[in-house]
Amino acid sequence: MLYIFMLGYDVDFGHMEAVSLISAPKYPEKQVGYIVTSCLLNENHDFLRLAINTVRNDIIGRNETFQCLALTMVGNIGGRDFAESLAPDVQKLLISSSCRPLVRKKAALCLLRLFRKNPDVVNVDGWVDRMAQLLDERDLGVLTSSMSLLVALVSNNHEAYWSCLPKCVKTLERLARNQDIPQEYTYYGIPSPWLQVKTMRALQYFPTIEDPNTRRSLFEVLQRILMGTDVVKNVNKNNASHAVLFEALALVMHLDAEKEMMSQCVALLGKFIAVREPNIRYLGLENMTRMLLVTDVQDIIKRHQAQIITSLKDPDISIRRRALDLLYGMCDITNAKDIVEELLQYLSTAEFAMREELSLKAAILAEKFAPDLSWYVDVILQLIDKAGDFVSDDIWFRVVQFVTNNEDLQPYAAAKAREYLDKPAIHETMVKVSAYLLGEFGHLLARRPGCSPKELFSIIHEKLPTVLSSTIPILLSTYAKILMHTQPPDPELQNQIWGIFNKYESCIDAEIQQRAVEYHALSRKGASLMDILAEMPKFPERQSALIKKAEDTEVDTAEQSAIKLRAQQQMSSALVVTDQRPANGTPSGIQLSLVKVPSMSINEDQNMAEQGLSHENGILSKVDPQTPSADLLGDLLGPLAIEGPPGTDVQSQQNIVSGLENVPNTVEAAAIVPVEEQTNSVQPIGSIAERFHALCLKDSGVLYEDPYIQIGIKAEWRAHQGRVVLFLGNKNTSPLVSVHAIILPPSHLKIELSLVPDTIPPRAQVQCPLEVVNLRPSRDVAVLDFSYKFGNNMVNAKLRLPAVLNKFLHPISVSGDEFFPQWRSLSGPPLKLQEVVRGVRPMPLLDMANLFNSFRLMVSPGLDPNPNNLVASTTYYSESTRPMLCLIRIETDPADRTQLRMTVASGDPTLTFELKEFIKEQLVSIPTALRSPMAATPAPPIPQPTSPAAALTDPGAMLAGLL
Amino acid sequence: MGIRFILMVNKQGQTRLAQYYEYLTLEERRALEGEIVRKCLARNEQQCSFVEHRNYKIVYRRYASLFFLVGVDNDENELAILEFIHLLVETMDRHFGNVCELDIMFHLEKAHFMLEEMVMNGCIVETSKSNILSPIQLMDRA
Repeated sequence: MLYIFMLGYDVDFGHMEAVSLISAPKYPEKQVGYIVTSCLLNENHDFLRLAINTVRNDIIGRNETFQCLALTMVGNIGGRDFAESLAPDVQKLLISSSCRPLVRKKAALCLLRLFRKNPDVVNVDGWVDRMAQLLDERDLGVLTSSMSLLVALVSNNHEAYWSCLPKCVKTLERLARNQDIPQEYTYYGIPSPWLQVKTMRALQYFPTIEDPNTRRSLFEVLQRILMGTDVVKNVNKNNASHAVLFEALALVMHLDAEKEMMSQCVALLGKFIAVREPNIRYLGLENMTRMLLVTDVQDIIKRHQAQIITSLKDPDISIRRRALDLLYGMCDITNAKDIVEELLQYLSTAEFAMREELSLKAAILAEKFAPDLSWYVDVILQLIDKAGDFVSDDIWFRVVQFVTNNEDLQPYAAAKAREYLDKPAIHETMVKVSAYLLGEFGHLLARRPGCSPKELFSIIHEKLPTVLSSTIPILLSTYAKILMHTQPPDPELQNQIWGIFNKYESCIDAEIQQRAVEYHALSRKGASLMDILAEMPKFPERQSALIKKAEDTEVDTAEQSAIKLRAQQQMSSALVVTDQRPANGTPSGIQLSLVKVPSMSINEDQNMAEQGLSHENGILSKVDPQTPSADLLGDLLGPLAIEGPPGTDVQSQQNIVSGLENVPNTVEAAAIVPVEEQTNSVQPIGSIAERFHALCLKDSGVLYEDPYIQIGIKAEWRAHQGRVVLFLGNKNTSPLVSVHAIILPPSHLKIELSLVPDTIPPRAQVQCPLEVVNLRPSRDVAVLDFSYKFGNNMVNAKLRLPAVLNKFLHPISVSGDEFFPQWRSLSGPPLKLQEVVRGVRPMPLLDMANLFNSFRLMVSPGLDPNPNNLVASTTYYSESTRPMLCLIRIETDPADRTQLRMTVASGDPTLTFELKEFIKEQLVSIPTALRSPMAATPAPPIPQPTSPAAALTDPGAMLAGLL
Repeated sequence: MGIRFILMVNKQGQTRLAQYYEYLTLEERRALEGEIVRKCLARNEQQCSFVEHRNYKIVYRRYASLFFLVGVDNDENELAILEFIHLLVETMDRHFGNVCELDIMFHLEKAHFMLEEMVMNGCIVETSKSNILSPIQLMDRA
């Protein structure tokens, strides 16, 4: 059964059997019962209560072997219940002289277990003497276990056990001199190395030894151990003796012995770290690290620096780690430069498991002992360059903080950043730092070659396509700052940057979108931009988060070995910075802002932008009584506006919105709102009309998007039939309920929508296929009436489906021989219609040809002898008509591109008319839609901000309004 | 607490004996064993016998095809544990006569008895081979 358990299966079924075996009278059965019980059950298991009585009987019984078994079991799994009921009996056994050592040693450890479970069972007063008595024991088995008990007791309360100290020393003496030790306890000629180790460990729990006699004899023993240990051939003996030796070293360190002994120790350790045996080298390094923490022997240790650095290249990761720890510990202002350089060099060859730790340590050291700040910046930039993946954000935040606070450093850092950007492939983090630094301080370089704003911009912009979305906001900020520093403004650069902002205004990432919109709005403000995007204020000088991290870990290293230290460090570096709050335990206001620092540099931008907006709002709406409260604007270090008190927040949001609505460009208001959930109605992201027009030209894309849902579309068209799939994607972590979708088809289309589910699970995407059949030509548009509920908000959107006339066209190319007879055979209305269209957006002929091609009207170049004319042909499919050839001829006037004459011919009068109207719409409305994307918006949530010009000339918009 | 667990694992990574001195659920045990074994089996002769894992150390030693892994607290004396492993093996040797993996597989209970005698509650109790083996001999006689 044990075997089954060990293999990892559950063996509940056997527990009862095991417990009942305990009460069996025969030894083997009892033995098995006990062992199985202690292996399988844990202290809180119910079955153990059943056994407690049997166990007690065994303990107070006469049979020694049974006593042993019971004690062992209790020793291994005894819980509180046991502690209460059995402790006195166990104590009695331990000190009774009539018992055999066999029983007593078990009793000692059993008591230890019970003591750990319930410290009250060992009442200190009477026990100290007995403990001392126990240590006089001659039997080494009992002594070993008593020593363990002593270690636990002493570590708990060393004052009470003073009297045991001399006894320990005496025992140690006895062992070291090999007096009176039974043969079977010597291990390769060394008297019980484990007991020696244990005894020395116990001694380490006493602060110092005051009694001069004891002290002297102890030092004698230690000296003997230190001197007498030699490397011998036999591995086991070697190990055992070194085990004792290392423990002795630890004790020496603890006792703070005189200098001479110390240097002897260091010399020994120095020898160890040079030996070939990996175990010894490992321990040598580890103990050296410990030694650093206790005493001032740094100078002596520094002599071994070269050796330690060699260890850093050891094939064994355990040893490398130790070496790294040691280097980290021994670093100070004198050797920092060497060590950090060494670490940097090593970084490029180190394997992944160590890089993060390595880079963190290098960064801390560089900061702590930097002889001058430019060196520090160098180091960190190199660090990022070499191991970007492993450099946590804290590190570069810290550099930025440093640079911002030191004016002399700024040009240097910016120049450096510029240099790094020249490299062909650089790491994401490097892009972030460089972009940030150049944005802030790039203007300081303006006079150097290759550093004009335009050049800076282009070099940063080169990197844009390669970075992740988390970096784009930083880049956008940088662009805004470059723009601001360009005085006098450079129109070309400005246009370029505006173009970028424009592009990102419909980005799916809310952060990027918001920034793009805000910066765009801000940058149009001209002069006020200067104030808003002024250089970042200095960060108040404060303790580095990194140093703090290091200090946190240094405080309690006395007892901790170095590995725990690292575990902590890794943990804290893994934590998001704001998560340090619980770790630090004091969530006071100051602490809060302190902790926030590293994330500040990102957030601050945002904060600033927000501040900027409110600013702007202040300028624009001076009459507005609700000027944003000062605290919101004021303290950059305070909580972010978003996190501010909800009351002011709502207010300010409204202000921002109302402020922006005064700006003629309403798109931005619409785009900004979805980011804030304060407003009640849900606003779509991006322009619905624009999306619709885009979808008229292609077969897949996004039809509609708001903060909660995204509706994508994918279509396939074959002749007069089509298959469209709607992808309803829930962007939220909570489900969307009451989802309804109804298609309102125009008379010419037959549309069947498959069932739409009532709820969309969080972060899920639902597909709804729909079948479309085209009955006859018409340019009416199908509308999808879509609604859902999120929280209490009912959202309803009426969306035009891009199942438009041109989807049923099939481009066909005709030769002149086919074209002209057809053209001539279709003569006059209603089969051939001609119209002069005015108000067309001027566009080059080539663009118009492309536009036609994208509508599946195949342009046949060269058919018309006049180069200013276009001729196109296509086939139209519907259920009522046969596949119908359509021919189009456009005659443009090179003198006035806003008007043209269009002739459309086909075998069906309706088709001819509809196609003509459709093309006219496209020629007129598409260009206007591009110019003002809000022109036609059928969705009710947006107040119809149709610009008057577009409304007049745009039949499409009027049509949509009718629908 | 000293020793947290003792594992015996063969070269293929199958556990042959497991004794824990702190309570872990079955799933935890399985995960832990898997991680440790993978870490230790990958190492070679020239590397040292100590591996850091989570917040404790593993001292291991290889005998033919069998790995003995002992998880200890950080402040435990590693070499002492290393030698303790050897003592355990010597003890088993004395009992089984040139111990091998099969001995431990088929006499799992005896191996457990021995461990029980040597280690209790994570502390070393007994280091004298004859004392360790006496209860087992007693049982064999019975």
